[in-house]
Amino acid sequence: MFLLLSVALIFMAAFATPAIARFIPHKQRFLFALVPATSFALICSKASDIAQGLAISEDYTWIPAFDINLNFRLDGLSFLMALLITGIGALILTYASGYLKGYEANTRFYTIIQIFMAAMLGLVLSDNLIAMFIFWELTTVSSFLLVGFNHENPDARKKALQALIVTAGGGLAMFAGILLLGNVAGTYQVSELITHAEMIKNHKLYEAIVILICLGAFTKSAQFPFHFWLPNAMAAPTPVSAYLHSATMVKAGVFLLARLTPVLGGTSFWLHLLVYVGGFTMILAASLGLIYRDLKKILAYSTLSVLGIITLLIGMGTEFSFKAAIMMLFAHALYKATLFMVAGSIDHETGTRDITRLRGLRKVMPWTFAAAGLAALSQAGFPPFTGFLAKEYFYGSALDHNMKILLISSAFISSMFLFVLAFKIGFHPFLGRENKKIHAHEAPPTMLIGPVTLGLLSLLFGLFPGPIAKYILSPALASFNTTFHPVKLKLWHGVNTALILSLITLTCGFGLYKLRKKIRQNATGVDDKLNIQFDQSFANGLESFIKFAKWSTKLIQSGSLRSYMIITISAFAGLLLYILLYVGGMPEFYKFSHVKPITLAFLVALAIVTIVACTTLSRMTALLSLGVIGFGITLIYMMYGAPDLAFTQILVETLTVVMFMVVIHKLPRFKDFSTRRKKAFDAIFASIVGMTVTFLVIKAQNLSSKNPVSQIYAETSYLEAHGRNVVNVILVDFRAFDTFGEIVVLSIAGLGVSLLMRNNKKEDTE
Amino acid sequence: MSPLLLPLLVPFIAALCCTLFSKSLKVQRSISLIAAVFHLAASFNLLQNVRSEGIQVYLNGGWAANIGIALVADLFSSIMLVITGLISLVVLIYSLKEMSDKLQSRAYFPLFNFLMMGVNGSFVTGDIFNLYVWFEVMLLSSFILLAMGKKPDQLEGAIKYVTINLFSSILFLSGAAIIYAKTGSLNMADIAMRIAESSDEKLLNSTAILFLSSFGIKSALFPMFLWLPASYHTPPVSISSLFAGLLTKVGIYAMIRTFTLIFPLNNGLLQEFFYVIAILTMVVGVLCAASQFEIRKILSVHIVSQIGYMILGLALFTPLGIAGAIFYLLHNIIVKTNLFLFSGVILRKKGSCDLKKIGGLYKVNPGFATLFALSAFALAGVPPLSGFWAKFVVLKAAADAHEYLLLGSGLAVGVVTLFSMTKIWAEAFWKKQPEEYPGVGEDTGNQPWQIMLPIVFLTICTFALGIWGELIFNICVEAAEQLLNPTEYINAVMGEAK
Repeated sequence: MFLLLSVALIFMAAFATPAIARFIPHKQRFLFALVPATSFALICSKASDIAQGLAISEDYTWIPAFDINLNFRLDGLSFLMALLITGIGALILTYASGYLKGYEANTRFYTIIQIFMAAMLGLVLSDNLIAMFIFWELTTVSSFLLVGFNHENPDARKKALQALIVTAGGGLAMFAGILLLGNVAGTYQVSELITHAEMIKNHKLYEAIVILICLGAFTKSAQFPFHFWLPNAMAAPTPVSAYLHSATMVKAGVFLLARLTPVLGGTSFWLHLLVYVGGFTMILAASLGLIYRDLKKILAYSTLSVLGIITLLIGMGTEFSFKAAIMMLFAHALYKATLFMVAGSIDHETGTRDITRLRGLRKVMPWTFAAAGLAALSQAGFPPFTGFLAKEYFYGSALDHNMKILLISSAFISSMFLFVLAFKIGFHPFLGRENKKIHAHEAPPTMLIGPVTLGLLSLLFGLFPGPIAKYILSPALASFNTTFHPVKLKLWHGVNTALILSLITLTCGFGLYKLRKKIRQNATGVDDKLNIQFDQSFANGLESFIKFAKWSTKLIQSGSLRSYMIITISAFAGLLLYILLYVGGMPEFYKFSHVKPITLAFLVALAIVTIVACTTLSRMTALLSLGVIGFGITLIYMMYGAPDLAFTQILVETLTVVMFMVVIHKLPRFKDFSTRRKKAFDAIFASIVGMTVTFLVIKAQNLSSKNPVSQIYAETSYLEAHGRNVVNVILVDFRAFDTFGEIVVLSIAGLGVSLLMRNNKKEDTE
Repeated sequence: MSPLLLPLLVPFIAALCCTLFSKSLKVQRSISLIAAVFHLAASFNLLQNVRSEGIQVYLNGGWAANIGIALVADLFSSIMLVITGLISLVVLIYSLKEMSDKLQSRAYFPLFNFLMMGVNGSFVTGDIFNLYVWFEVMLLSSFILLAMGKKPDQLEGAIKYVTINLFSSILFLSGAAIIYAKTGSLNMADIAMRIAESSDEKLLNSTAILFLSSFGIKSALFPMFLWLPASYHTPPVSISSLFAGLLTKVGIYAMIRTFTLIFPLNNGLLQEFFYVIAILTMVVGVLCAASQFEIRKILSVHIVSQIGYMILGLALFTPLGIAGAIFYLLHNIIVKTNLFLFSGVILRKKGSCDLKKIGGLYKVNPGFATLFALSAFALAGVPPLSGFWAKFVVLKAAADAHEYLLLGSGLAVGVVTLFSMTKIWAEAFWKKQPEEYPGVGEDTGNQPWQIMLPIVFLTICTFALGIWGELIFNICVEAAEQLLNPTEYINAVMGEAK
């Protein structure tokens, strides 16, 4: 019950927020943090089970028909993620209460972010891939609403839409992958999929499944070439960026990769896909980060880079690299949330995020500086921080791998760049002379608790890695390997290659940091170009899509009834012709050699009259020709022995002609608007369609059903229905319902006509 | 009296009474409301009967099914009757305030009830020619409802609507005639039986084309959907909502009925036609929608693309596929009607539905905005709302049938649908009201309950269909199984004839 509870609690709090919030003044809204804190405590209470390598499952049936159920499963990996989501979530909500104080849409923020939080928690706890996808989409939508939080700003709207389209598009690809996976293995449960891993990997759809699922993971975790949405998502308020776009949501992609490693991983396809995409992203993003001045942009790029590292590490597929991935994920969540909150505080208290204007804040913002410094040292990889541990494992696993040279060099480059990025955020704004133009003050306590706590944790867990090894690393590793064995985590491994590499990284990083200004200056312009290029190509893509949509709409939806009719009729005639020509069944004409000459003459005459009706410019002639055609049809009825029908037809025709006459005799002649070409086209078109239908009719002519209902009618009409006239009996007894319906049709027509007349008079007098 | 007659007689009597009391709108309103409630209750009752006792048959005049006309209700028909009852009641309430008294006095209530009669008749009839008659009832009453505002664009739309739909009638009639010539019967069960006995595939295919084209026009399939975007956005919003919710769906109903009972799709070529048409309908529909900037036009064209999903479900011809099509039908009727109802509120508030001229709805009215977002996201298939499940079932059926092209196009169309819906959201709700177009709506305050109740109710339905959809879905599966095993239907209808 407690896993469901920990998710449902937050959902309920979210839905209750709009109602409760009016009773909570802005100052006390940090109380909202109690909700995720409770979930945090609930999850922590299972720590001892997790540490023994146990997994806790809770199953609730939802739609068993499709094998879609809420199967919550808390294992090492989801335990780690759940702690981050709820723990950092609580701190972020506290922080937000200070940051958003006085925002008018404050309540909406709390509602949406809690929905997000619950969805994210549901995502990591779901063992069922479909249920996971549902939560996944919920995080996408809530992220959309949060990125567009300042919705009156067109830029925010644009970026929210971009993030949504990219991640939702990837999400749907992933959905296809999940459907295929489910089809191949017959289940959506990850824990069961693992037992079919070999079969899945040998299946002919394996590559397709991997690509589709990776599309989902890569878009969500902003891997190249989908990386561009993440820096743009910084249009969101900073607490959102800190929470969604660094610590939690963007980790969903790598989480999914980790989750499915035992199912899909271990093949060279998987290895190469993840290593190259992740590796490229990590270097590209870290180097792009060097050229920005906006604190949040720098943070976004360093986040991207770390996500690339984690993808790469998962792809490498060794136990060493899995450990590194876990440590990297953990360390990054701690320091990046801190740095984001620091950036938010600086922005909030100084009004700018431009690092060229920020300096010497250490005196006015000492606590913020402390938190920033701790987090930056962790990101830079200084011992004894958790970031150092992660980097040691990163190097270690690279050295251990058979793609050694490539991996080490790229690891080295990205680590060095990350060092610079860390210092740019954590030290640059605080050191140096004060900028007199900026009037800053320390952030309020609510905005300090979060960063200081997380900053200290970065240090503490580095100093005392024991609990991390026991509660986080070993159980989470079991999620990759499917077998549990406790692992140790030590700060000091003696002097080895990894340590030496680390030291070189720190030295070179520091050197590079000193050159930061030059790099940035030399690269000005590059940033705009690069960033704009991706933005632009997305925008161009969207625009050309809309252009294409408009073009195709115009093509078929011209607005003219004539072309609508042509399209509609040719669709019908085309299908029919296709069947007649390709499937066969063209009628055999020789059977018609016995057509009587008189019938033939008659038909020719009818055809001529029809042509007259179509071509004449006089309404009267057209009407009379139609009348002639009608009487011609009457004659056909006579010839084939249906005198009653013929009488009816005569009456109808006469009435129609006379009534039409009354209506149209005052109207002018037809105007001839059509060009010759149009007319020719129409004539040919009509002939083809007419001929096609004729074929069909001739074909039907050959049919004779064994004992048609008409025979029964003739037999029963007098004996059972007591009527001598079969037609009458059909109309009022056998098929009285049709007559009833037709009477209704006539009444409706009458209603319509009277409506037209009545209102015309009224409106004329008005 | 047979419960099968009620869905026909209730609206018929209501229509007659409304015509009688044409002077008093008050009386007409009460009559129509009572009729709609009664209609819903009768449909529910019928559904219950069908579920507990199996397929219900009423033989008109006591004649055997192949001689007289049989009314038949299986699960699929009765589901459709229930949803029709629901929508007609909801839209009726909405229209009481949304339509001006002047419009209401133009025989709105009689026509509304006649339309319902036509729709219900199509669902319960078991006779192919009788189906044609009910189609005529529907066509004529909907034509007059479209045109009754008599504004130029309404008349233009109505002309296009009626011309193309009359062509559909011609095809339908020819189809019915050829079928009669071939089998000597008009009763659908009888026809099915006779065709199954002597299968002349070549003839079947070409006759099937007549029905495919005729119903294709009615249900707005590519490329025969053009009447829809030309007309649906022009009449008063209540009428648009009713049409958007029900009319094309009657076409789909007829399509599913015909192509499971008379021409079962397990025939290679026809099925391939359906695949191609399904994909093109989805894709072209969504493309046309992406290029629009008027809310009602966007919504209208999206009907087309979503019809594609239903045809996709039918085309797969598996129990899951057809169940998915039915579920999709239900979801779409609810959500689409509701979105049109929203557009009516926007029109009242802002005086326009042109996205370039409106904005700021979120800030002023967050509650309304949230309701809209739920429905819009449901249409786009965002979980856990109803649209997700509808799409899930259809696409899963496609994946099960190894039709990956269908799966892929279904998903891609989903992304574009999402784009369209967020476009409405971003422009109408998030954006500030453009300064060059000050809102010109008459009332910016709270809407009367007659307007809001239907919207809230349908939104709850969408949500409930998403979270507790299993119950409904199970009925859909039962209905699909019934459709795929026509013997039950044939026996129920023809049993007495033997």
